[in-house]
Order: sequence, then structure tokens, then C-alpha cells
Amino acid sequence: MWAMVAKEFRELRRDRRTVAMMIALPVVMLVVFGYAASFNVHSIPTVVVGPGARQVASSLHSPFDVVDVDPTAGPPTARSRLRDGQAVVAVVASWGRLLVLMDGTQLFSVETAEDVLAKMMPSGPAASPNRRAEVQILYDPKLTTSWVMVPGLAGLILVFIGTLITSLGVVRERQAGTLEQLAVMPFRAWEVIAGKIAPYLMVAAADLVLIVVVGMVVFHVPFRGNVATFALGAALFLLVTLGMGVLISTVSQNQGQAIQLAFMVVLPQVLLSGLIFPVTSMAAGVQWISFLLPLTYFIEISRGVMLKATPISALWGPLGVLALLAVVVLGLAVTRFRRDLAPSSRRTELRESSPESVAS
Amino acid sequence: MRWGLDAVHVRFGQRVALAGVTVPVDPARVTVVVGGDGAGKSTCLKVLVGLVQPEAGVVRRPSKGRIGFVPATAGIYVDLTVEENLEFSADAYRLSAAERRERGGEILERTGLAEARKRLGGQLSGGMQRKLAVGIALLHSPALLVLDEPTTGVDPVSRAELWRLISRAAAEGTAVAVATTYVNEAARATSVVLLEAGEALASGSPDAILRNVPGALGAARGASRPTPLSWRRGIEWRVWAPTGVLPGGVETVDPDFEDAVVVAALAGESRR
Repeated sequence: MWAMVAKEFRELRRDRRTVAMMIALPVVMLVVFGYAASFNVHSIPTVVVGPGARQVASSLHSPFDVVDVDPTAGPPTARSRLRDGQAVVAVVASWGRLLVLMDGTQLFSVETAEDVLAKMMPSGPAASPNRRAEVQILYDPKLTTSWVMVPGLAGLILVFIGTLITSLGVVRERQAGTLEQLAVMPFRAWEVIAGKIAPYLMVAAADLVLIVVVGMVVFHVPFRGNVATFALGAALFLLVTLGMGVLISTVSQNQGQAIQLAFMVVLPQVLLSGLIFPVTSMAAGVQWISFLLPLTYFIEISRGVMLKATPISALWGPLGVLALLAVVVLGLAVTRFRRDLAPSSRRTELRESSPESVAS
Repeated sequence: MRWGLDAVHVRFGQRVALAGVTVPVDPARVTVVVGGDGAGKSTCLKVLVGLVQPEAGVVRRPSKGRIGFVPATAGIYVDLTVEENLEFSADAYRLSAAERRERGGEILERTGLAEARKRLGGQLSGGMQRKLAVGIALLHSPALLVLDEPTTGVDPVSRAELWRLISRAAAEGTAVAVATTYVNEAARATSVVLLEAGEALASGSPDAILRNVPGALGAARGASRPTPLSWRRGIEWRVWAPTGVLPGGVETVDPDFEDAVVVAALAGESRR
């Protein structure tokens, strides 16, 4: 047995990336996830509209974070702000009456807002009429958890499948020795990358449709928005997810390294994308990580389109970031892969009958 | 020289992998690069096909679409059938429907894999896998065929079949470069480059290499090594005398290719 132990240690010692991951990663993850794992909502983006908006806004305190006050606007504006994701709570302050609208897709924020509001403005017969507030929860009035989770889970499942499977694509060719053959074939780097991604993109798209349909049938999750907007967001998200897998594959020497790196990319998306813990509850440093994760933006799009019928005009932000991420990730994958595929073309574009000459 | 390497230097970090190596590869000829493990054979071929960038020297090669390459590893997709492997290569080189039908059938017949066309690459024997790899590399009728140890670990019958494929490709006008550790295979070549520790010890036709073996070569029997420059060949010792004067009791013999390779290695060592 000692022979095996010694052999394993020797092999492990030479795989420095694995050793680094085994030692450093748990500590990093614990710290990052520790700061992320919080259901306590400290900040609730709030808009206040209506004639009494300024007075009401000045009386609101933490966790309500008043992001806009518009005395000239009415309930339609309040609803559109919630639908477009600009606020979680919208207060319509009419004379003698308060209407508080809440975005039901933000479960923890809504629960916190309800608690705080109940303390601020007790309801019931004992309450003074001018201190009574009518609360309406929109989009998910019963705060059904599955309604909120399914659109995000669809993305998470695709992150798992997409990133893990494609992360093995190039490295498998490398280990089988077929990568050298590919390098000699008349392929360009982007053609190989596109060829590797395209089949998985189609399968993952079919997967996504299946997941959403199952979510609608089994969990009765509504689909209220525009299918084309959802499809655009999903396509961009899948490109980033699959591109990340290929990028991982191009920087890994073996399948073990690829799987480890893929987990490093996938795991933060489970905890930091806003799927479970609200992004606004996370420490500021950790929030920055969540802004780099594609799932964060897909969740915004899928929840917005499916539950709130958010129009595309309000989703250009996340759609744009996903497009940018796709360009960056795929660009990096192609650049990195080009080194594997054509080391000689970095210096000289070879043409038949004009020999590649290197100064001696 | 139409294709090949001319005074190519390659360095991996501090290690010199090739030191001014010249490997001519001409159409309708088979050039064999022979040498032991770590001699620089694979590096030579990788430079030739563009996988390794030389530090200095000249590389002549056709455009990518006119090169056929078989790496030292299997060089086939084990999860694809024989037919699908050929199909992938045909797609990659954009062969027309007529070309792929004609060449595909021809390659299956030449490699003896027609019966196994529906079998997965991973289910083929080692020899069959190598034949398939060479077949794939030949499918698009390349101007330059580069094979890295195509016969290593292959049984003698399959080796003979592989060499038949290689010779036929050369006979049809393809320039072929083959790396091998098997000295006897070098005798099949039109020209040979003997590599040792990244240096070309000798090059030329097999006949020229045999003619140019320096000094004198002899054979002796006995339990102990007759001179420091001696090596075992079966029950005999081969004795090499760089000065041309063999010790007493040692009978002069004509060198064969294996002797020529060993002498070149010993001469290279003494130069270093």
C-alpha cells in the first residue's frame, strides 16, 4: 500500500495546479461564499411616485434605498419601474393613501420589505387611516419559490452541462493526439472552436426548451413575456457558457485539470449569481464577482421575461453584458487555441513555393 | 530540395532539440529520419508540418491543404467508425462527392479496411489503427506526407502492409517523410537522415551511407568486448576501428545499415 501512497504523492506533487487548487481553493471559496451566503437584505431599491412622493421618500429609511422620487408620476410608472427591474418596491403616495407595489420575483427583499413596512405602518382597524398602506405583490403574489427558482435553475443546469461537457472537448483531442492532426488540417482556430460549440449549442438550446416547458407544466411557472427576447438572451448566455468550457479546455493539459477548472467556474455561479442569495445582500467585493458571471444576467433576463413580461427595451443592459462576455470569452478561446493550432503562423504566413525562412 | 528542412535550429527552453539539421523531402521519394528515442525525429517532422517554430533555418512545405500528417499517437477518432473518420477528413479537405467516393473506396481497399468500415476506430487493432491513420492522411492526395513512427508497436505483417502504402504513395509522386526507430526500415528509403541528440550524424541514400562508413568494421567472437568501440550483433561482436586498422584476430566484414547507424553514433560521440 505504501508504494501506492508514495506514487500518488509523487504524481500529485508534479501536478502543481491540482495541489494549488486543493490547498488554496477551499480557503478562497469559504471566504467568498461566506460573504455571499446571506438572506439578510440590507438594501431594497425603492421608487416613490405620486403627489406625496417627497414627504414619503423622506420618511423611508433603511433597508429602503430610494433610487428615484417622481411626484408627477402615477401607478403606471411605478409598475413599469418594477417590471423593468429598476426597483423592487414602488410606493405610490396619493393624498391620504399609500399604495405599495412589490416585485414578487425578489422573494427575500419582499419578505423583508413587508416586515419593515408592518412595523412602520401597522394595518388593521387600530391604525390611523392616513397611515394605512395597501400592499400589492406583483408577478408572484403568493411568493411561490418554484416560480422564482425555475427560470434561474434552467440557466444553472445549462451552466453545468454546457461548461463541463465542452471543457473536455479540446483537451480530449490533446490527450488523444488528434489535436496535432487538426493543427495540420486546413482549419482556422475559430472554425475548430465554432465546430466544437455548434452541436452542443443546439443540444443545450433543446435542453433549455425542455426545462422551461417542464417548469411550466409541472410547477405552473408562467411565461408572460416575449419568446424572442428570451431566446436572444438564452442564445447569448449559451454562447458564453459553452465558450467558457472551450476556453477552459484550451488552457488545460488533461481532463482532470479541465474538470477542476470547470468546477471553479460553475460553483461560484450557484452561489453568487443571485439564484439563491440576493446579490444586493452580498458584501460589495463579492457583488463584483457576481457581476462577472453570465448566470447573473441570464437570471435577470429569464425571470424578467417569464414572470414580469419585461420588454427587450429594459433588458439591453444584461443582453449587452452577455454579448460582451461572449465576445471576450470566445475571443480568448480562439486566441489561446490559435497557439496550439498554428505556432508557425504567428510569425510567417506560409505560402506554397515561398519557403518559410527564419533568419539564421 | 522541393520540401524539407535546411539547417534548422530548434530550442525548447535551454535544451537544443535540433542543431542545424537538414532533411530534404522530394516528390516521389521516401525520406526516413532514423534515430533513437529523444534524437529529435518528431521535432523534425513537427517543424516540417508547422507545429514547431524553428529558431533559425529554412523550412519548405506546401500549403496546409496539401499536407498529410500522422502524429506519433493514434491519429484517429476512436469514437468514430472507419468510414466516419475518412468522412471527417474528406470534409476537412473539402473533397468533392466524386473525389470522396473514389478516394475513399481506394483507401479502404489499399489499407485492407473495407471489411471493417463500420467498426469504431477504438475497436481496431493497433496495426489497423495505424493503417487507417495513414489512409486518412493520404485521402486528399497530399503533396507531402509526413508520418511520425507509423510502424512503432505494429506486428511485422502490418508493418509490411504500412510500408506498401507508403511506397505506393511515393510511387504516385507524393513526397514522403517518415520517422522511425527501426534501423532496417531506413533501408527502404530513397534518402536517410541519421539523427542523434538533435544532430544529423549522416545523410544521403542508404547505399551512400553504407559506402561512406568511416574506418574499418570487423567481426569477432568471444565472451569479452574486444575493444571499447565494439557492440553485440547476435553471437558475434562488431568491432569498429576509426583508423581503418582492425586489431589482430578480427575478421573484416561489410557493414549493413544497422552497423552504419551504430558507427555513425560512435563517430558522433567521439566528435563531441
